[in-house]
Amino acid sequence: MSRASPGGPLAGGTRRLAWVALLALGSTAAAGAAEVNLYTTREPGLIQPLLDEFEKRSGIEVNTIFMAEGLLERVRAEGTRSPADVLMTVDSGNLLDLVRAGVTQGVRSDALAKAIPAHLRGGTGHWYALSLRDRVLYGAKSLDLAGFAYEDLAKPEWKGRVCIRSGQHPYNTSLIAAMIAHSGAEKTEAWLRGVKANLARKPAGGDRDVARDILGGICDIGIANAYYVGRMKNAAPGEAERAWGEAIQVVRPVFASAARGGTHVNVSGAAVARHAPNRGNAVKLLEYLVTDDAQSRYARANYEYPVKRGVALDPIVASFGTLKVDTLPLSEIARHRRAASELVDKVGFDH
Amino acid sequence: MAARGSNAGWYVAPAGIAAIMLLALGSLAWTAAQGSEGLWLHVARYVLPQAGANTLALLAGVAAIVITLGTACAWLVSAYEFPARRLLAIALVLPLAIPSYIVAFAYLDLLHPLGPLQSMLRTVTATGAPQAMGWPDPRTLPALIVLMGLVLYPYVYLTARALFVFQAANLIDAARSLGASRRSLFLRVALPLARPAIAIGTALALLEVLGDIGASKFLGVHTLTVAIYDTWTTRSDLPGAAQIACAMLVLVLAAMMLERYGRRRKRFTTRQGPRRLQPQRLSGARAALATAFCALPALLGFLVPTAFLLAKAWQRVADSGWSAQLLNVAWDTLRLAALTTLVVVGAGLLVLAAVRLAQMRRRERLATLALRIGTLGYALPGTVMAIALLSPMMWFDTGLAAVSSLFAVEPRIWLMGSMSALVLALALRFLALAAGSIETGLARIPVSLDEAARGLGAQPASMLGRVHLPLLRPALATGALVVFVDVMKELPVTLMLRPIGFESLATLLYAEAARGTYEDGAVAALLIVLVSLVPVALLGRYGFREDRETAGLDPRMAPGVHA
Repeated sequence: MSRASPGGPLAGGTRRLAWVALLALGSTAAAGAAEVNLYTTREPGLIQPLLDEFEKRSGIEVNTIFMAEGLLERVRAEGTRSPADVLMTVDSGNLLDLVRAGVTQGVRSDALAKAIPAHLRGGTGHWYALSLRDRVLYGAKSLDLAGFAYEDLAKPEWKGRVCIRSGQHPYNTSLIAAMIAHSGAEKTEAWLRGVKANLARKPAGGDRDVARDILGGICDIGIANAYYVGRMKNAAPGEAERAWGEAIQVVRPVFASAARGGTHVNVSGAAVARHAPNRGNAVKLLEYLVTDDAQSRYARANYEYPVKRGVALDPIVASFGTLKVDTLPLSEIARHRRAASELVDKVGFDH
Repeated sequence: MAARGSNAGWYVAPAGIAAIMLLALGSLAWTAAQGSEGLWLHVARYVLPQAGANTLALLAGVAAIVITLGTACAWLVSAYEFPARRLLAIALVLPLAIPSYIVAFAYLDLLHPLGPLQSMLRTVTATGAPQAMGWPDPRTLPALIVLMGLVLYPYVYLTARALFVFQAANLIDAARSLGASRRSLFLRVALPLARPAIAIGTALALLEVLGDIGASKFLGVHTLTVAIYDTWTTRSDLPGAAQIACAMLVLVLAAMMLERYGRRRKRFTTRQGPRRLQPQRLSGARAALATAFCALPALLGFLVPTAFLLAKAWQRVADSGWSAQLLNVAWDTLRLAALTTLVVVGAGLLVLAAVRLAQMRRRERLATLALRIGTLGYALPGTVMAIALLSPMMWFDTGLAAVSSLFAVEPRIWLMGSMSALVLALALRFLALAAGSIETGLARIPVSLDEAARGLGAQPASMLGRVHLPLLRPALATGALVVFVDVMKELPVTLMLRPIGFESLATLLYAEAARGTYEDGAVAALLIVLVSLVPVALLGRYGFREDRETAGLDPRMAPGVHA
């Protein structure tokens, strides 16, 4: 449809014309070419190397749009004519929301079924987890934190010593939801009040701020995702964040109240869009993302935990010891997510 | 002369814009009504009281700061001559070039125990451990108030200064010649005169506060806007978010009433030719004090965070080199801003031309109502606005698909996810800024002029083109500059509605922030500031240049909203 000439390097004038044409005609990506459209709430910079590799291997071009919020709303509004092929999120709750809203479709694939353990994918193939992100304890190096349980965060001995990001952040609501699933709403509320009473500062900022504030002497312990440590410790020498990473130890807490206590994990995952115009390519992309190659790239590029067994870990991630994942099904966590978020409001955690 | 009834075409634009806005608001209200049981109770019990109290305190505190800083600095640079006055007069506007979330991030870093300030002090005082300083953490409501005040005072400064310099000159000079003291000149003459201008600027600043998410989140202050955002994203509860948004509209309407109050005294321009206020020379300690007082807000609101960004960006470029993508993105952002500005100013002109036309017929009520509704977009937080627009866009696409299928054209999405959709949404969001400027500009053109032109046979189009446009130039320029800068900084609408593959500097910066690597965003942040700097500096110079061309500026030419 575009009036701009396709092919050939666009000269300044033509490029301008292309922009105008784009404006006038709308810009759904040109159909026909071997391509796949990826809508992601996951910041694309980190998975770009994987996408580049996929493009190289398959010859399928990946068009990405990073959306943060509103992915679901936009795909739903686009309806049957949506160009979206693959939907990717970094929170299990958000992933299951997509399924519940009916914007995904079931995909059968032996490669996916073989690579991803059953509890990390939807039974009907509507969603697949691609990497695990354990929510761990950062602590000052001088402390003895062996055997730490999430419940311990509320203990009076930590008064004024705990840092954490906003209680409403999906990483935290997911943890609180798991706590509700294990201990019930009442105990969780008491726990959350206890954690709030222990806070050294307002729950704000990001996960790396926990390490920074531990080094800065604002707090002694805090909850954050494990992969940030890999990023901090691997930062260029002289970068501030490297010092933050070096200042902390990482402990994988467990749920004391659970029978076989494990560490809370969230996932990054993906689904094939219900009206995907390039369904075949979408499945190819997902299948690529669980190959040994891509899974180890996940682990090395972003220090996340692979969903596939037997994939080599990054040395820093390996140094945290074996990950014993909490056995709670993801759907169970997602079920309590709303209650968790309301609990955060109720105890005024963010105030 | 054409028949009077043939001008109906002029009402198409305002009616169309208002209709889109109503559709968007309607879909928002419809969403709010979908709430699940017990939700409203939760919102009323646990969200509104705390977040509402935070928001009110934030609004009150920011209002106090922007009024104090904005008015005092405006008065000083207008009424007195002191060292660096000309430079400071422009520098005082510069904080408008930096998004508030960047300023929040900069100060959080600067004031952190590991930041340069405390590190230096520790070295100087030979204090050992970082925690030994015992400084309060900046993640508090008071800190957010100060920070927002420092970024937003230019709105009041601009409106108040224009009034002092041009409109109030005669009265102030008269009071001076009657021997009024400095004190009573300010308190009894200048301040009462400036009240409407101050109200306009304050309302603008407060609407910006209500739209903020980034800075509040950085500093951990749970405002209503943050509550909307959390309810929607964490709980996937759009109805709940829409309900909080509807509750928040009450606050917005209050801010707008403040703004209308500011405009209620329609005109008090003197009939004498426009003249400038002559600044009086200050000397000695007074002069030094005036310089210091005016330098401080510019220093804290602009220079410090910009220097921080420069240092970070420098480090970034030194470490990992310059990314070619950034320049392309900067160029695309610039074009998006320019295009949106064109559309907004054009739409603003059309809407107000219709109002003017209706005024001449003494039937302005409907046209004014359309204007008020059409400019509501600025009052909604950007995320809410974007969400509200999704449904109308979907309907448009569905309708178009139905039509195109009649002609056997393959159905596709025309609007959603297109550049047009993004420009349209941004234009709706910022129409108020341009329309406000144009409205106040038009208000200064006597209706008798229109009547004379009509008597000479001018049609509405040539009236707009040959009579109004030349006289509106300053107002158009002011409105355009403000819109341009706002689009450069805009995040939520661009993030949600942009086409696949399109990035603006703000979305790029947000992406870095989303993965927690704020440092990597420093270059993008710096580019936002640099590109915005030129229009903002123009804005600062405008209405202050010592030439007669702009001597017609008045506070109403400064950015304004209404409805």
